[in-house]
Amino acid sequence: MTAPPLVALRGVGVRFANGTEALAGVDLEVRSGEFLSLLGPSGCGKSTLLRLVAGLIRPSSGEVVFSGGGRPGDIGFVFQDPTLMPWATALANARLPLRLRRVARSEADARAATALAAVGLAGFERAWPRELSGGMRMRVSIARALVTRPSLLLMDEPFAALDEINRHRLNDDLLRLRAESGVTVAFVTHSVFESVYLSSRVAVMAARPGRVVADLPVPAPFPRPPGFRTSTEFAALCGGVAAALEGAMAA
Amino acid sequence: MIAAALRWAAAPGLVGLLGLGLWEGSVRLFGVPSYVLPGPAAIASALREDWALLWPSTLVTLRVALLALLVAVASGGLLAVLFAQSRALERALFPWAVVLQVTPIVAIAPLILIWVEDVTAALLVCASIVAFFPVLSNTALGLRSADRNLVELFRLYGATRGQALALLLLPSALPFFLAGLRVAGGLALIGAVVAEFVAGAGGTGAGLAFRILEAGYQLRIPRMFAALALISALGIILFAALGLVQHLSLRQWHESAARRDG
Repeated sequence: MTAPPLVALRGVGVRFANGTEALAGVDLEVRSGEFLSLLGPSGCGKSTLLRLVAGLIRPSSGEVVFSGGGRPGDIGFVFQDPTLMPWATALANARLPLRLRRVARSEADARAATALAAVGLAGFERAWPRELSGGMRMRVSIARALVTRPSLLLMDEPFAALDEINRHRLNDDLLRLRAESGVTVAFVTHSVFESVYLSSRVAVMAARPGRVVADLPVPAPFPRPPGFRTSTEFAALCGGVAAALEGAMAA
Repeated sequence: MIAAALRWAAAPGLVGLLGLGLWEGSVRLFGVPSYVLPGPAAIASALREDWALLWPSTLVTLRVALLALLVAVASGGLLAVLFAQSRALERALFPWAVVLQVTPIVAIAPLILIWVEDVTAALLVCASIVAFFPVLSNTALGLRSADRNLVELFRLYGATRGQALALLLLPSALPFFLAGLRVAGGLALIGAVVAEFVAGAGGTGAGLAFRILEAGYQLRIPRMFAALALISALGIILFAALGLVQHLSLRQWHESAARRDG
């Protein structure tokens, strides 16, 4: 039995003002509790799809339906860049969503500190963004997205700019955070390996116009068993997703 | 800190001393009369002798320049914030700010002196017009330069206009505003001096520019140079002070103030 959809896209199309058809006829559900990766070549509308789910843009055709009629209780968004305010400390950056919602200062501080600790940045509350490494900045960005305890976390190629060692560590930390908080994740990536390692389901997309061409479950247990990245099982799953991606590129 | 400042000042200081020495030497060597070109020593003694006359004038000019800077910051900053709220308003008004900027102040000053009865107020208006533009254009640019993704993030969390302005747009604009402020400081002084020249007003409210005119009529050339040196000193102090404001406001977070470690 599948979990109920948190967000459902029904026949969604997005056409930009310049006439570009970014998405066409997309039917996709984000189900409660899953880790969904959107995988595809650049220009296939992955980011547009994410922004649609976030409510930052509206569909030109079709509809985006949130469970219960409105938006889910809360959404967290992590961009490709950390997108921190350089004039604010790590704590103030993580606190921002609460401040915008007028949560009392002391409570906001406490929750932001907890969020920073959860991403492994305890003790860095007063650090300025420029004093932090790329990976640490991304951790602050994740803490900021999780500080409101959202039901849905949207991530737009968040680890693309990081080196492989940092990326692997953040992948593992993300899976741990997800297990702890139960948050549903929609994750945009162009890495087959990353999508298979993280996801319970991979939606493969094709470009011109952007559309979903394959919907592949990843039948592997969470937490990922030790050595999963080098297992034959992982390799076989990656092979399946890579084949679907090849098909999408050729289509 | 002090050692670093000394190291930083050593090279230009040395060039200055060398230049003054060369100047004094050639004036003496070729017997140049002081009504053509006084040497540094003659200028220094003029500065000492005429201090009672020049110091109050220095304060007059400084006061006009500082008040003009204040007016420029208030009006330029406010207009930039209004521009950030409405693109239509910016499109309608910005070209006129450019017109005001490109019209030479020397050409407008006589009109302003006719329209504004009080001389000090007229000087203030002239200097403010000159200083206003860099504050406006830099702040407006800064307010538009906020990180696109941060703007979307604010939207995602339902930020109000006030929150976006206070927490995102104004901090983003601060480095731009401060750079504009530094330029405006110098321009306010220039505007004040130019307006004084045009006004040619003497009496108790006479600024340094009037002292230069007056000394010129009386062929007291060393005093002209002394007044000129004081104007330069004012400009340098203003520039350094605004630079310090810039450094202190940005040092904790902005790349421009970052020390390169390692």
